[in-house]
Amino acid sequence: MSGGILVECAHITCAYGATVAVRDAHVTFHSGDFVGIVGPSGSGKTTLLKAILGTVTPQQGHVTKKPGLRMGYVPQVESVDWNFPVTVLEVVAMTRTSRRYFPKISSDERRDALDVLERLGLAGLHNRHIRELSGGQQQRVFVARALFHRPELLVLDEPTSGVDVRTRHEVLHLLADLHDDGVSIVLSTHDLNGLAAHLPRLICMNVDVIADGPPLEVLNSEVLEQTYGAPMEVLVHGGMPLVLEHGQDDVSRRLGGAR
Amino acid sequence: MSFILAGIFDPYRYQFFTNGVVVATIAGALCGLLGVFVVLRGMSYIGHGLSHAVFGGAAASAVMQLNYFVGAGIWGVASGVIIGRIARRRLIGADAAIGVVTTASFALGLALLNRFGQAKKSIEAVLFGSVLGVRTTDIVAVALVTVLTVVVVVVLYRRLLFATFDPDVAQVSGVKVAWIEALLMVLLSLTILVTMRVIGTLLISALLVIPASVARMTTNSFARMLWISPIVGALSGFLGMNLSYHLDTSASATIILVATAMFIVVYTVSGIRGRSRIAHVHHV
Repeated sequence: MSGGILVECAHITCAYGATVAVRDAHVTFHSGDFVGIVGPSGSGKTTLLKAILGTVTPQQGHVTKKPGLRMGYVPQVESVDWNFPVTVLEVVAMTRTSRRYFPKISSDERRDALDVLERLGLAGLHNRHIRELSGGQQQRVFVARALFHRPELLVLDEPTSGVDVRTRHEVLHLLADLHDDGVSIVLSTHDLNGLAAHLPRLICMNVDVIADGPPLEVLNSEVLEQTYGAPMEVLVHGGMPLVLEHGQDDVSRRLGGAR
Repeated sequence: MSFILAGIFDPYRYQFFTNGVVVATIAGALCGLLGVFVVLRGMSYIGHGLSHAVFGGAAASAVMQLNYFVGAGIWGVASGVIIGRIARRRLIGADAAIGVVTTASFALGLALLNRFGQAKKSIEAVLFGSVLGVRTTDIVAVALVTVLTVVVVVVLYRRLLFATFDPDVAQVSGVKVAWIEALLMVLLSLTILVTMRVIGTLLISALLVIPASVARMTTNSFARMLWISPIVGALSGFLGMNLSYHLDTSASATIILVATAMFIVVYTVSGIRGRSRIAHVHHV
């Protein structure tokens, strides 16, 4: 499935003041990739994504991109100001900024935006204020905005953070459809069983890149303990890895559950 | 009836008053337009600080007998750009950094006027504004900055919207966010510069915040806010100037009080509408 190189992070180190967020990371993303980056909070996942996007400049190493690469970015929904006065259509259309000098959304842009919204199951919601949508719809609006830019590489920061199980399924299916349509995807996630284990390739990191490969190879007790600093057990169920945290049974007993 | 009309038009016999009404109305619209960005970007404190910083420039230009617009303009734009850079760096709390830069500038202005200027008269005029000081050059200056601001907002509308709503993603999508922010700071500084003579340093920030807040409560559309906020600002300027003559109150204070009255009305109506909507949902 993988094609030519889209982005190569060559031994990059990124820091905020004296705090190193990413150390000597060497990772390559190809056309057709569908990659998840996992690790605990503060492990440098978002910084690595920002280095890929070009909004963080590495102190050491360099990021090389395919010339003219179009990237779409879906930020964490927690970072969005839901009270900002914009409609769904305005959010989707705002990415087309070049040679667009007037407030009016052109008929071509409107048609393209409505097509993207329909494709993502948001038909008829274009005049709604973004706050009036459900969690899954809100997430899809921001994916629609990224797609409106016609990206080759879609970068998502925690796309299933703070959403319910149904929304997580919706997002996962949507991303799988986009990947089938030829969009390369890189995302960060905390969700090992619900999202990461389903992806073709995972990068485990905790400032350093600890492992890079298919979930069945990288999701093992040794890598996970190195990544999260806590013992974890991995079962294989139906050909899929299932991560169990040690001590969960003890907590259940103390709280009166799992008898 | 004719007696009332004569009373209403009475102050227009004075050229300074007519000049003041024109400047206050245009200034209200200008502050309303830029105020949309100030409010939505959470920059209210920067607007407040910047007006204090421009005071330092005004004082320095008065003492050095420089043209007000040149001295205070350079000072204000430089302060605006510095404030923008400090806010972006996040090395220390942006509010604290802005407080240091702008209050230091304000204090320097006070000290300069105390030491070298006609202290009391100049300080009061700059702090609270003075309709008596409005000249034709002020009308031209405020009109030019308004035209410039409208052109920038129309031409860069989508970039401004994107950089205001989501600066990180805007940058990824090719918007030069740092330039947009610097441009907004320059426009904000110029606005404060040309409106300070009427509104005064202490109350400009209110005219930047209140009309935009009123507009925000009336619409969920960014594009509509850009219409409503300048109209509220212009109405505040026009009505405030006229009322100040008849009530014999400070022009700048009356302008802000008119804007505040509009805020209270819209806030109250929004609250009643919100409650009735909730009650309707419960009945259903």
